Amino acid sequence: MLLRCLTAGRVGSLLARRATAALSTSSARMASHSHEVSESIDMSQPMYWDRLDTPLPDRPYKDVLTAADKSLKQKEKGPWTQLTKEEKIALYRLMFCQTYPEMKQPTAEWKTVMGGIFIFIGITGLVVLWQTYYVYPAHPRTFDKEWQAQQVKRMLDMRINPVEGFSAKWDYEKGQWK
Amino acid sequence: MSLAKPAMRGLLGKRLRFHLPIAFTLSLVAAAAFKFTVTEPRKQAYADFYKQYDAVKEFNAMKEAGIFESVRPSGE
Repeated sequence: MLLRCLTAGRVGSLLARRATAALSTSSARMASHSHEVSESIDMSQPMYWDRLDTPLPDRPYKDVLTAADKSLKQKEKGPWTQLTKEEKIALYRLMFCQTYPEMKQPTAEWKTVMGGIFIFIGITGLVVLWQTYYVYPAHPRTFDKEWQAQQVKRMLDMRINPVEGFSAKWDYEKGQWK
Repeated sequence: MSLAKPAMRGLLGKRLRFHLPIAFTLSLVAAAAFKFTVTEPRKQAYADFYKQYDAVKEFNAMKEAGIFESVRPSGE
């Protein structure tokens, strides 16, 4: 089960590093638009986040507590051995939205990423194909088959790499490749 | 609901005691494999080539092929 705990906060947490960043507050935005399309986060307040690499957010997940929650928080001030298992879990859920195993649950994002990669590689391939027909100039003469054959003959005449390499594979008595 | 206390110390030492012998062994194996599959055959190939090598014959063959600038083929 996927808990969506302040997914906007996930993006906002990247900006939380810049603590003094002055982003437009919701009131300023409201002045220019007649209605708000998406909710903007007040970056001047402590934020909550679920991040694997930063375990302790600036504020608890639930800061508005019901009376039952408040009494539980009072009990938390005493010895923790007197808390039941359900109470401990309830206290955790007050402080945090997701547990680490819940955060680590795999998403299907990789499929989108791989799909996007392949799409763009494909588009690039089409562009390159078009370029070979409409952009590239003619081949230099050194690419012709006859020129390449003359090149090979000259390399064999010069005994290029006769021990283990090029000329070693040519049979000089028979005049053919070994 | 109480778990065993995880190991707090000696983590690097434990990792090194496990990985270093493996690393040294694999390095030695890689070096030995390269020696016996590449360098020894190559040395043998060069030895065999030069055992039957006639430099003058090769020179004359190259001369006749016309690749030299200082000495031309016997026909010209």
